[in-house]
Amino acid sequence: MSALLELRGVEKRYDNGTLALERVDLSIGMHEFVSLLGPSGCGKSTALKIIAGLSEATGGSIVWPDGTGNHAKDISFVFQEPTLMPWTQVFENVWLPLRLKGISKAAAKPQIDGVLEKVGLAQFAHVYPRELSGGMKMRVSIARAMITEPRLLLMDEPFAALDEMTRFKLNNDTLALWQAKRFTTIFVTHSVYESVYLSNRIIVMAARPGRVIADIAVDEPYPRSDSFRNTPRYAELCVKVSQALQQAGEHHD
Amino acid sequence: MTDHTPDAPFSVAVGARRRSASNQWIQRILPFLVFGLGLLAWELVVRINNIPHYILPAPTLVLKTLWDNLGSLMVSWLYTMKITFGALLLAVVGGVALAMLFALNKWVELCLFPFAIVLQVTPIVAIAPLILIFIDSTTAALLLCAWIVAFFPILSNTVVGLRSADHNLRDLFTLYRASPWQTLRFLLVPSAMPYFIAGLKIAGGLSLIGAVVAEFTAGAAGKETGLASRILEASFRTEIPKMFAALVLVSLTGILIYLVFMLVSKLVLGKWHESEIKSSR
Repeated sequence: MSALLELRGVEKRYDNGTLALERVDLSIGMHEFVSLLGPSGCGKSTALKIIAGLSEATGGSIVWPDGTGNHAKDISFVFQEPTLMPWTQVFENVWLPLRLKGISKAAAKPQIDGVLEKVGLAQFAHVYPRELSGGMKMRVSIARAMITEPRLLLMDEPFAALDEMTRFKLNNDTLALWQAKRFTTIFVTHSVYESVYLSNRIIVMAARPGRVIADIAVDEPYPRSDSFRNTPRYAELCVKVSQALQQAGEHHD
Repeated sequence: MTDHTPDAPFSVAVGARRRSASNQWIQRILPFLVFGLGLLAWELVVRINNIPHYILPAPTLVLKTLWDNLGSLMVSWLYTMKITFGALLLAVVGGVALAMLFALNKWVELCLFPFAIVLQVTPIVAIAPLILIFIDSTTAALLLCAWIVAFFPILSNTVVGLRSADHNLRDLFTLYRASPWQTLRFLLVPSAMPYFIAGLKIAGGLSLIGAVVAEFTAGAAGKETGLASRILEASFRTEIPKMFAALVLVSLTGILIYLVFMLVSKLVLGKWHESEIKSSR
């Protein structure tokens, strides 16, 4: 599997001296669904921001082997909060990335309608965000990320604030989208169960300083459904990942 | 309605709703009722005590005077409106432009903010005489005075508003490589709008006060004068009812400005901002 991007000795030290990331070497393959899992303060969100180009690494580099260099147009980001513009309707919110590229509303409409259909919000196009539930807002956020057909989707604990039922549903929807579109996903989470259910690879990180301590493959084939959660294989993987995470804690405390 | 039946709680709820509906009705009518009673009391006090009209005119006499002098008062009113809205317009243009400069560049703010504060804290009555000396045209001098009073709330509110844009949304705009102009237009301006409108509500009333105060200081006479000159003139001639008539016009204008900006706020923010959304609970 060829790599989409490589982190080579990436380091992040804040102005106050805190070392948020210590020499992270990581290769993310094309079409992978990678989870970054770890306790708070392990630098997983920081790593995501550096990959997105929203934060500067203070050491090391990120290499895009296909050599485009101009990767920004291919990256989308989903934040922990839905991060919608409250003053415009769902349709305009999803239009934003295309609008910033100069694509008119009329030209973007078929694409927007299509992506809203995919996240199950077709009939909510002309509703303001405040009228939607938390789960629906997150769907809008995902639709907005999908509209540019990114090669790389970065998700920063997107479902952490949702109730479990909604989270399970959105997990399945995310997987369906990922299988249909084959974009690479880096998914930050602090939930062992979520990371095992979703990803084919889990990077376990430890805190103070933030660093990678385990790289665990999840070899369960896709498509996965809710019944996967009841299999012995799932339980086994959860135990394995939990143990790695526990070690992450012991390294420090 | 029988008690102790299964649907009794429902009846209670309906009763409560009916009560809250009539409450709403009372809430709407009560201010007018009390105001009307106040006017009535005023009228009675004047009539019963035979207070002469050059000390305190009755509301009916004020109304009659207003009606009799409507032509000349309207000319003055138009002039005051011209100063008020001229100053407000300049305050909006100047305040917003300066706020954008401040938001774009920390150094500009550092250098210019002291001036803005000096203008804000110096009482307008104290600078108005100087301005009237420095500037030949009375209208221009009055505009400047009213502008000084009105522009600060617009400036300070818009600065805060432009800075209040959601951090993640900013990141998103960076990620999608938005130009500074796109970021301003699609993110910063809408984020600042509720703050700007709050400033506008304050500045609207202040520009009227500024216009009237400046004209009082100018004590201008001549063909182009506003309501403040009418009030001064009437006081020199001890035409107290006319003073009140002009005063009523000033108050009504202030109320009108307030209502207009309430409406603007409702139109611009009504669909999305918490301040204008009635809770459904």
